Amino acid sequence: MSSIFSRGRLLLWGACLVVAIALPLVFKSGFMLSLLCQIGIMVVFALSYNMLLGQTGLLSFGHAVYYGLGAFITMHTLNLIGKDGSPLVVALLPLVGGLAGMLAGVVLGYVTTKKAGTTFAMISLGIGELVAACALMFPGFFGGEGGVSGNRVIAKQAFLGFTWGPQVEMYGLIVAWAFLATVAMFALTQTPLGRMANAVRDNPERAEFVGYDTQRVRYLMLILSGLFAGIAGGLTALNYEIVTAETLNAHTSGVVLLMTFVGGIGFFYGPIIGAILISVMQIVIGGMTHAWLLYFGLFFLFMVLMAPGGIASVITVQHKLWQAGLLGRMLPHYLATALPVLVLLAGLVGLIEMGYALLAGEGVGAGDTATKVMGMQLQLNAPEPWAAALATAALGLLLTRWIGGRTRVAWNAALAALHGDKA
Amino acid sequence: MNAPAIRISGLRKNFGASEIIRGVDLDIHRGERHAIIGPNGAGKSTLFHLISARLPVTAGAIELKGENVVGLKPFEIARRGLSRSFQITNIFHNLSVFENLRCAVLWSLGYRYSFWQRLAGLKDARQRAEAVMEDIGLTRRRDTPAGILSYAEQRALEIGITIASGADVILLDEPTAGMSNTETEEAVAMIRRVTEGKTLVMVEHDMGVVFGLADRISVLVYGEIIATDAPAAIRCNAAVQEAYLGTSVNHHE
Repeated sequence: MSSIFSRGRLLLWGACLVVAIALPLVFKSGFMLSLLCQIGIMVVFALSYNMLLGQTGLLSFGHAVYYGLGAFITMHTLNLIGKDGSPLVVALLPLVGGLAGMLAGVVLGYVTTKKAGTTFAMISLGIGELVAACALMFPGFFGGEGGVSGNRVIAKQAFLGFTWGPQVEMYGLIVAWAFLATVAMFALTQTPLGRMANAVRDNPERAEFVGYDTQRVRYLMLILSGLFAGIAGGLTALNYEIVTAETLNAHTSGVVLLMTFVGGIGFFYGPIIGAILISVMQIVIGGMTHAWLLYFGLFFLFMVLMAPGGIASVITVQHKLWQAGLLGRMLPHYLATALPVLVLLAGLVGLIEMGYALLAGEGVGAGDTATKVMGMQLQLNAPEPWAAALATAALGLLLTRWIGGRTRVAWNAALAALHGDKA
Repeated sequence: MNAPAIRISGLRKNFGASEIIRGVDLDIHRGERHAIIGPNGAGKSTLFHLISARLPVTAGAIELKGENVVGLKPFEIARRGLSRSFQITNIFHNLSVFENLRCAVLWSLGYRYSFWQRLAGLKDARQRAEAVMEDIGLTRRRDTPAGILSYAEQRALEIGITIASGADVILLDEPTAGMSNTETEEAVAMIRRVTEGKTLVMVEHDMGVVFGLADRISVLVYGEIIATDAPAAIRCNAAVQEAYLGTSVNHHE
C-alpha cells in the first residue's frame, strides 16, 4: 500500500531530514554552506517543475516565471515589513512567495493550460519571454539590471534564538521549508488530483471519457506547481538578499528543466538527485573552469542519449539487479568500463581546456600561450601537449568502445535474466 | 423517465465535402443490448464518436435519457452516465491495471479534483476498482503496468475502464476485434455479465457475437440505417441481405 505514513517511508523521510540537518556539521566551510543552501532551494524548484513535466506530461519552458515572481514579491514584502517585523515573519515569507507563484499560476496558467503538448510548450515559452521582457520594462518593480535587494535580518530581538543573520540559520530555514514542501508535493501525488494528472499525462482523451476535464486537471496542477516554485523563489530571495531579472528568465527555466530531466522525471525523487547534482556541477565545476557550460551541455547530451530516464531510472534498475542477485555479476564490468572512460575524459578535458585557453584565454585575454590543466603547466604553442591530449582521448575512446561493448553484452544478459525471472 | 436511453434524430456528419452520416434516426431502449452492424466505412465508429462527443455533430439531435447532449464535451457526457470503449485500445499505459480502474471510478464517486484526500484512504474507490478487476479477470495482473499487458488483457481492461464508473449506458466499439475464438467467447461472457441491467450499444463485426448478444440490431450502410429489428427479423430482411449480409448470416448458423 502506498501510504505516506508507512513505516519504511517514515524512516526514509526521517533519515533524509537528519542528513540534511547534519550536513553543515560535517561541511563547515562557508563555500559548502552556500552550496547546501542553493541545493535546498533547487530541490523545491525542481520538484515543483516535475509536477508539470513528470506527473502531468507538460513540458514548460517558462517555469522560472513562477519562481522569479515569488522571489520578487517576497523581497518587496521583506522591504515593506521594515524594522517593525520579527524574525518569525521573515521565516514565513516564503509562503508569501508561494502565494505569489500560485496567483501567477491562476492568471498565466489559465492561458497556458488550455492546450497540452507542443502548444503548451510554445505558449509557456511565450509567456516566459513576456514576463522576462516586463522585468526590463518596469524597473520600478523589478529593479532593472541591479535587481531588488533587501536585508533578511530586520529585528534586534531573536525568535527562539534565530535572527536568520548567520548563513547556517538561513540553511536551517531552507531545510525546514524544503522538507515541508517535499512532503506536501509527495502527498499530492497520492491524491485523486495527483493520480488523474498521471492519467491525463498518459492519455488525455481517455481521461475525458472517464469524466475528467483535462484542462481543469492541467490548470490545477500548474497552480499548485506555481505555489511550490514560488516558495523556492521566496527562499532564494531570503538566501541571497537580492533578486534580479535573471531569476525569471529563460536561462533559469532551462536550468530547472535540465535538473529535472537529468535526475529523472519518472520518479518522485528524480528531481532531488538532479537538483543536487546540477547545483554541485554549477558551483564546483563552475569554480574550476570557465568552460563549465560546455561540460554541462556535454553531460546533458550524454544523459539524453544514454539514460533518458535520468539518474533515478539508472538507480532503480541497479536496485532491481541487486534484489535479483545480479548486481554482483555486473560490478566488475562497471569498474572495467569506468577506467577507459576516465582516460577518455582526461584526454577530452585536456583538449577542451587548452582550446578554451587558446581561444578565450582566461584572465589575460585570447591567445594565451600557457595554461594549467589538472596541475600540469602546458605550453599551448607547442605540439606536444596537444598530441598527448589527443592520444589520450583516442586511446580512451578505443578502450571504451572495446570494453564498453563487452559490458553491453553482459548488461543485456543481466537485463534478460532480470525480466526472465519476473515472467 | 420513459425517454429512451439514446434518441438520435436527423443526425448528420460531414468531413469536408463527404457525408459520412447521412440522416440517422435511432432509438435505443433502456436496458436493451443493441448492436450496430454494417460494412467497413459505413460510419459505425463515427456514429459512436458523435454520440460520445469525440467528434462535433454537423446537424441533428442526440438525446441521452431525454436530455439534449449535442454540443457538450466528452467529460460532460461521461458525467451524465454514458461511457464508451474504443476500437483501438485507449488505456493509461504507464499506470497499473488497478490504477487504471481506480482513475475510472474517481469521478463517479464524487472525488472530483480533490488534492486533500489520500487515495489510499478512499475505501469505496479501492473496492469498486477491485470488484471491476475481478469482473474482467485481471486480478492477478493488479500491479502490472497496462502498457505491457497482452492484447486480450488490454481489451479486457478497455472494457473494465468503460464500465467502472457505473454508467448505465455503455457503448462498446468492436470489443472482440482481433481476438481468437476462445478469447472472443470469454469476452462475450464477460460483456454479458458486466452489462447486466444496463443499456448496451455495440459496434461489432463478428456475427456470432452480434446474434448471440444483441436484443436488436441496426444495420448502417453508407451513413444511413436501413433496418432496425430483432436478430431473427434482420436475418430475413431482404434489403439487409442485399446490402450487406449476403450469405454471411447463414454461414454462421
